[in-house]
Amino acid sequence: MPTLTINGDTHQVDVPEDMPLLWVLRDVLGMTGTKYGCGIAQCGACTVHLDGNAVRSCVLPVGGVEGKRIETIEAMENSELGRSVQSAWLEHEVVQCGYCQSGQIMSAVALLSKTPQPDDKEIDLGMSGNLCRCCTYTRIRGAIKSVAKA
Amino acid sequence: MSKDDSKLESPERRELIKVSGLALGGLLIATCLPPVIHKSAATQIVEEGASGDSPAGPAELGAFIRIDPTGGVTLIMPKIEMGQGVQSSLAAMLAEELEVDLSQVTLQEAPPNEELYVDPILNFQATGGSTSARSFWRPLREAGATGRILLVQAAADEWGISSEVCEARNGAVHGPDGQQLGYGELVEAAAELPVPEQIPLKSPDQFRLIGKPLQRLDTPPKVNGSAKFTTDLQLTDMKIATTRTCPVLGGTLASVDDREARRIPGVREIIPLKDAVAVIGDHTWAAIQGARALKVEWNFGDNARLSSEQIEQALRDAADRDGALATDEGDIDAALDGVDTQIEAEYEMPFLAHAALEPMSCVAQVRVDACELWVGTQVPVMAQQAAAKVSGLPPEKVIVNNQLIGGAFGRRLEVDFIAQAVDIARNVFYPVKLIWTREEDTTHDLYRPHYLDRFRAGLDGNGLPVGWSHTIVGGSVMARFSPQALGENGLDPDAIEISAKPIYHLPNLRVRYVPEDPVALRVSWWRGVGQLHGAYVVEGFIDELAIAAEQDPVDYRLRLLQDQPRAQAVLRLAAEKAGWGQTLPDGHGRGVAVHQVFGSYLATVVELATTPQGGLRINRLICAVDCGLALNPTSVRSQIEGGTLFGLSAALFNEVTVKDGHVQQSNFHDYRQIRISDAPPVEVHLIDSQETPGGIGEAGTALIAPALVNALYAATGKRIRRLPLSRAGYHVLAREA
Amino acid sequence: MSTARRFSLVTGLLGCFAPFMLAAQETQTDQQAQIERGEYLAKAADCLACHVTEDGEPYAGGVEFKLPFGSLYSPNITPDEETGIGTWSDEDFVNAMQKGVGKGGKHYYPAFPYTSYTLMSREEILAIKAYLFSLEPVHQPNRENDISFPFNQRWGMTFWNWLFLDDERFQPNPERSEEWNRGAYLVQGPGHCGECHTPRNLFQAKDASKELAGTTIQGWRAWNITSDEESGIGAWPDEALASYLSKGHAKGYGLAGGPMAEAVNHSLRYLTDEDIQAIVTYLKDVPPQDSDVTRPPEKTLADEVPTDNPHPLGLKVFADACVSCHRWDGDGRQTPHAALSGLRTVNDPEGLNLVRILIEGGKLHTGNTGNTGDSAASMPSFIEGYSNEEIASVSNFVLSHFGHVEGQLEAETIDERLGE
Repeated sequence: MPTLTINGDTHQVDVPEDMPLLWVLRDVLGMTGTKYGCGIAQCGACTVHLDGNAVRSCVLPVGGVEGKRIETIEAMENSELGRSVQSAWLEHEVVQCGYCQSGQIMSAVALLSKTPQPDDKEIDLGMSGNLCRCCTYTRIRGAIKSVAKA
Repeated sequence: MSKDDSKLESPERRELIKVSGLALGGLLIATCLPPVIHKSAATQIVEEGASGDSPAGPAELGAFIRIDPTGGVTLIMPKIEMGQGVQSSLAAMLAEELEVDLSQVTLQEAPPNEELYVDPILNFQATGGSTSARSFWRPLREAGATGRILLVQAAADEWGISSEVCEARNGAVHGPDGQQLGYGELVEAAAELPVPEQIPLKSPDQFRLIGKPLQRLDTPPKVNGSAKFTTDLQLTDMKIATTRTCPVLGGTLASVDDREARRIPGVREIIPLKDAVAVIGDHTWAAIQGARALKVEWNFGDNARLSSEQIEQALRDAADRDGALATDEGDIDAALDGVDTQIEAEYEMPFLAHAALEPMSCVAQVRVDACELWVGTQVPVMAQQAAAKVSGLPPEKVIVNNQLIGGAFGRRLEVDFIAQAVDIARNVFYPVKLIWTREEDTTHDLYRPHYLDRFRAGLDGNGLPVGWSHTIVGGSVMARFSPQALGENGLDPDAIEISAKPIYHLPNLRVRYVPEDPVALRVSWWRGVGQLHGAYVVEGFIDELAIAAEQDPVDYRLRLLQDQPRAQAVLRLAAEKAGWGQTLPDGHGRGVAVHQVFGSYLATVVELATTPQGGLRINRLICAVDCGLALNPTSVRSQIEGGTLFGLSAALFNEVTVKDGHVQQSNFHDYRQIRISDAPPVEVHLIDSQETPGGIGEAGTALIAPALVNALYAATGKRIRRLPLSRAGYHVLAREA
Repeated sequence: MSTARRFSLVTGLLGCFAPFMLAAQETQTDQQAQIERGEYLAKAADCLACHVTEDGEPYAGGVEFKLPFGSLYSPNITPDEETGIGTWSDEDFVNAMQKGVGKGGKHYYPAFPYTSYTLMSREEILAIKAYLFSLEPVHQPNRENDISFPFNQRWGMTFWNWLFLDDERFQPNPERSEEWNRGAYLVQGPGHCGECHTPRNLFQAKDASKELAGTTIQGWRAWNITSDEESGIGAWPDEALASYLSKGHAKGYGLAGGPMAEAVNHSLRYLTDEDIQAIVTYLKDVPPQDSDVTRPPEKTLADEVPTDNPHPLGLKVFADACVSCHRWDGDGRQTPHAALSGLRTVNDPEGLNLVRILIEGGKLHTGNTGNTGDSAASMPSFIEGYSNEEIASVSNFVLSHFGHVEGQLEAETIDERLGE
């Protein structure tokens, strides 16, 4: 029975070890901010942080993340960087349908925590794993840069 | 299977049903207004002319506004939010005239009710076709104004003064001597008042919300994960289903061996349907694994022999049929007779899947006495009807709770997945959330039709067109979706959009449409089907004429747009901002497209660089827009930006193909979508306009593909007539540092 | 070692059978034991890999084998009397397995690995037959081979067999341990590893002087699996090799793709731990042979975007579509299967298996995450969604970033590989 540390809380979950973290979050723990989009790590809607790195929870077996620090979109408002990314997202009116934006924000926070002043190319390389079908990319770039400047 | 109604008695469930029951029972401005509503303000406006002299009555008002005695204002949204910002714009229209602040209002999805929420342009209750702002521009402001007038009158009566000296502001009425009564305190009295005869509306210079860059109302919960889409809903006792549907359209289930699937922990039920098998599990993972473990035998039927080549050949064969005449002005045969410069071209656009990021999903519960749906749908009435048909219940026993949509682009104008959810749910007593995997979603879409277009035109000595013949061949979306809207000989008014009447001055114009439905695929709406197709081929071919006439593509278009000042203006603006005419290095090129789309005028310029290996990099992408009065300039910009890149994605990468009746693409590795690394920044320039608002949700999408192929021609001398570009080996280069 | 001796070794390894082999058991139990033993041997011999099509019925055949001189199709080996082997006698079946001669005297082409199976004893072969005959018959007519002259002259095989078939059973080496001998038997006999991993001579026969030295097959590189430390598996820890054989992957060493993934799916993953260990013991002792591609020396990479890579398009594609699973450091943190570092695949300047897996996708049945097809964390094929230029460039990127070689792949290379 894997024990998970998610957003600072400990959860014991009675699930098979090969179940992807995504479904544990959504269906077992009710944390639905993390989304399903493709199931093969091609769209990024399921992005969470594992020890501070952006990872795709749809292909992450829950058995392999015990003892690691998991953070989800629900916890982003607890950190200064998370909050500033969220407010930049609102100020720049990034969001359209919003389905991918949890994942986008998780990737943006991971990017900015490692590369506080990313240029266009670094933004591309850090964010290109996250699809946005509404294609809000112009504004995502703008919002990330505004956090970088601040 | 017997249904256990006691399952419905959990508090959470009761609450949900109560809310929906209220939504069905009475739409009231206050509890004392009559619950029976005969006609929507919108219908009334359409029937009696949009002049504003036939005001909406208080009953109709209740369709859109509810004010409770505590002052809470609920605005009923006739359109569903799927990222286009529509609800914020519609709320602004209501709040503008009602004189409430947007921070004071609660938005609620309208239930299915054609009488109340019909879209007067679409003629049914739907969100699509970029009609929202156009359809509700006047009715919603009038609804808001009616409410305000009644509330002000109620306050004036209370104070015994003339309403003339009272003013409504921020959800309260203020008197000349500092008196103040909140809307909640006035609502009961207001409801007793007669409907005002005259409903004056604000002039644009008086707007405090409309036309201002407002922050959207739906976005804050979308940046912290708290927004709930259909896939996120959790009801008490709910279980999760996923399906494997026959991979060949029209095929049926022959047999299923579910022994392995049943062994998977968490799998609860395996339900064979006519053309699918559903696996219900405690969680999605169990359902997905269970579905994967099924050994299914299908009766594929006749379509199993069909492949893309046959479908395309059928289109080519159909091109020689007469079809339906869309336009026949002048005498094309005489006009082209003996003309030296004649140009012919054949264009093709592929089948496209919607690939909305939220896969198809629907929560359904079927009880003996009622069926309830929680689903993001663009067509709540059709959803209701579909559920009624499958469940055997009368439509009025189907409750539809509309939800936020995680991208639809037309996909949720269809109700196939809703019917499937109900078909599953009627076998069990608990609510079922059906979620399709990405693979099921891609392979069981209803696709944008594959079109084949043939052109022939002749130029006079000055290079100007003397005759223009255009044959469109493709599946008819309208024939399936709304057959009563078809014209003579199957003339599909959508398939001929733009093509039937291009904005250019084209004497001797003949446009034909030959309907040819693909057998192995169903076709449907896809972010502006007809206009997207029309803009691509017309703007591609007009560019070919400009080249043949050895004229600059912008100048050439301007010449043919003599009586189109708004089109001229956007074209000039885009060209100016793009530095049109300035020299570019070898292998670089600029391309342009302009048209009237969805009631707005748009010009798009692409500037790109190419490599001999097929690499391309879009260095600049400029859009100039005249969408009339921009209700929310920020939303207009973001819709044009996103819509343009959405169209770019399809133009670069997308094509759905069929082999042996099976759709061959399945997920984002083979049905690729544009990423941030492929996406150039989109520069949007708005023309200040007071014209009636036009649609913007689909406009950008329509013009990028022609601008792109025109730019490629300028850069390489190669004319791409068949999309996508990846077919021709093109790929997007990495951004330069 | 006598046949009987080997027989008892097998049953000993299978453990549970041993009690049933005592003389006084009922016939029915004997039959059941024989069938179960046959099932295990059929899996060890990987019969299914060649006798089932993607959506077909097990053992009903129909798999195409593209050879330089045409195509062969595997036959139906279910007990269907009309289209399968339902009318075959014990003798017919033993002859097929040991001599490559089917019922009625028809010679098989050595795509059917009878030159390996011949090492199996009559009892073992009949156990396999008993297992096959316990299955439901499938009525599926065999497809005619499509072979050009003179290779369509089956009688020619008589001559070939005379040259290259040693119609002999496995002879244990008394100087080696029982475990070593068991491994040698599994590798050379039912496992028929050499059929892919031993280079062939001009006559399409295995070149005995280069046993298991690696070659290419169906466009894939079947790696050198001799004990050579650089080119082979000599430097792999035993646990890594065992993991690779039984699970298809060993982080930092190997990941089974293409035909090897199928061998793991259909065969190796069913072997007992003892048999896997025996194979490991034997392979680690196969005389070392040199080959061109070596394991990449260890490379320490950060989980960061490389700044000095000469393949900007490849870097872009990797960031777009690959990094989510494989990571910049090649660690494959998402899932151990996705680890790239240490693989010979990323150190092969021709990028044979690298391009192959991009074209075909992964086929390993891992039984866990993801939801493409029936196999889980396996990689999808990227060839439909990406241009040849992109596939070539991302391959070059991977070779230079994770390996120590400069790939020279071009769009045309991919075109050629697609034709293979």
